[in-house]
Amino acid sequence: MPLDFYLNVAAGGLLTGLVYGLAALGLSVIFGVVRIVNFAHGELMVIGMYAAVLAAGSLGIDPLLAAPVVAALLFAVGYGLQRGLINRFIDRPDHMQFILLVGVAMVIVNGLLIAFGPDSQSAQVPYAFDAIEIGPLLLDTTKVYAGVGALAVAALLFLFFRLSLTGKAIRACSDNQLGARVVGLNVERLYALTFGLGAATAGIAGCLMTLLVDVRPQLAPEYTLLSFIIVIVGGLGSMGGALLGGVLIGISEAMAGFLILPSMKSMFSYGLLILVLLLRPQGLLGKRP
Amino acid sequence: MTTLFDQLTARGRVALGLFALALLAVPFFADGYLISVITLVLWFAYVGQAWNVMMGFAGQLSLGHSLYVGLGAYASAALFVHFGVGPWAGVWLGMLAATLAGAIIGTLGFRFAIRGVHFALLTIAFAEFTRIAFDHIGWLGGSGGFFLPVGDAAGANPFDLRGSPALFYYVILALTFGALALCRRLLHSRIGYFWLAIREDQEAAQAVGIDVFRAKLIAVMISAAMTSLGGVFYAFFYNNLFPEQIFSVGRSIELILAPVIGGIGTLFGPIFGAFILTPLAELVTWGVESAGLDMPGIKQIFYGLALVAIVVYRPEGVWPWVARHLRLVHQPGDQPSHRAGDRP
Repeated sequence: MPLDFYLNVAAGGLLTGLVYGLAALGLSVIFGVVRIVNFAHGELMVIGMYAAVLAAGSLGIDPLLAAPVVAALLFAVGYGLQRGLINRFIDRPDHMQFILLVGVAMVIVNGLLIAFGPDSQSAQVPYAFDAIEIGPLLLDTTKVYAGVGALAVAALLFLFFRLSLTGKAIRACSDNQLGARVVGLNVERLYALTFGLGAATAGIAGCLMTLLVDVRPQLAPEYTLLSFIIVIVGGLGSMGGALLGGVLIGISEAMAGFLILPSMKSMFSYGLLILVLLLRPQGLLGKRP
Repeated sequence: MTTLFDQLTARGRVALGLFALALLAVPFFADGYLISVITLVLWFAYVGQAWNVMMGFAGQLSLGHSLYVGLGAYASAALFVHFGVGPWAGVWLGMLAATLAGAIIGTLGFRFAIRGVHFALLTIAFAEFTRIAFDHIGWLGGSGGFFLPVGDAAGANPFDLRGSPALFYYVILALTFGALALCRRLLHSRIGYFWLAIREDQEAAQAVGIDVFRAKLIAVMISAAMTSLGGVFYAFFYNNLFPEQIFSVGRSIELILAPVIGGIGTLFGPIFGAFILTPLAELVTWGVESAGLDMPGIKQIFYGLALVAIVVYRPEGVWPWVARHLRLVHQPGDQPSHRAGDRP
């Protein structure tokens, strides 16, 4: 009986962790290519959450169906941000980039606060209280959908970077910016495309997240930090690492919340981050620079 | 950029003198509201100056300075509430705790060669970790908050730091001037030159034989100790402490606004930044409120836009630009008595 409990908690954490991992994947892609640390990542994700909640509330559209539209919206936001603002910071010192995005994040999160207020809002879905039984496991339908959705989107992104010509071009920029320019790639456009893709990924993760939690503006900085933790734990620039990191954090949060205190669960994430930074700074799956 | 008086023109010295006099005279003509606003401005100037030691001088970005504010605040408040020990003794425990925390973060970060953005994230992680830990320390009130007994607001008891707004005002004013003098001294010391060398090019600094690890560690510890003093002031000024407020990332970001806007690495930048930013933010809030709108986050939006505008249009900060245009400092072509780089 207790073992079943643990398994259930772990499986729930794993599914939530896949959504975390997807959000972190967006951050990782942006960092891996553009070399910009997107401190407004959680903010983009929460924009996606609000878009999904609005679609569900006013039009009755399921967040899963709203996801492609939200992705397109956030792609435009990301593309515009990179083109209009961030691109000129590519060669500036680290701390300048960081401060720029901290400013952008402050504007977004407080804009959301003014637009939607500080209270939690949720997207109603008809299957909110259903469960799926797999062997000894009894899993929330919402978690299964969210986790599987995250995995599917991550797979699509992976295939895009492996197979499509644009994906290959983006990887070329990431490997060697100068070389990419020499062979005639439009690096600025590809950077903007990458930022847009990263933002769209965050938006989809946000849509999936609305199945699991209520949204409020204050979630944004939390998700930003969470994405950072995951990306660093998994290894910056490694796509598999981001998913693995997300799953690890998801499971450890769920376990800590279950075994100790829910309010202390993020302490474990920060603890894990500090440990990984110190012992394996390149991350679990990252390559040594 | 690096000197306090040497580089100031006659006009600059007069401006600085008048500014100092005006600050000293504030409690004689200002009402309670104005005094409290300027107290807050000076607090941000002071803590910004402390942060500037680490980022502006030694080039190490910390986004977790709320940790040191919180440690200073909680240490002195706990001594006061639980043992009746006054803040002037509590300051030492606060500084000790913060310096120790800074030393731990610095040692771990620098020993393991964690740099740039990763180091900034390490500082955030430590601050957040501590925030959640303090949420669960019942002896210090936990997440429900820790409260100091409110003193007699009319009197003045400088030993227990209980008293009128004017008392707090002069304390923070003294701290701000003290920090300015200390930073100027540091910049012209051996370690100050080490810091600048590291900030500009760490590999080169190492190559000429500077103990980079030690120099950076000293910067973190000094910055942490100075910041914790601001925390002690915070505790006794506001009389209430909540981990969620004092240790938050948002607080850490607020702390860096003044030096970033004023000018990272300059001595007057943090003060100047605080003095333009807070009044402008008050003005924006007032304008929105008098327009009949209810926008709780408008001040933060203003701060965010200010950050973006500064890094895009004037990354060296507002102070160097203002000082140049008002001729408060000598231009590179003039002949100042001597400049920073001339000294051995």
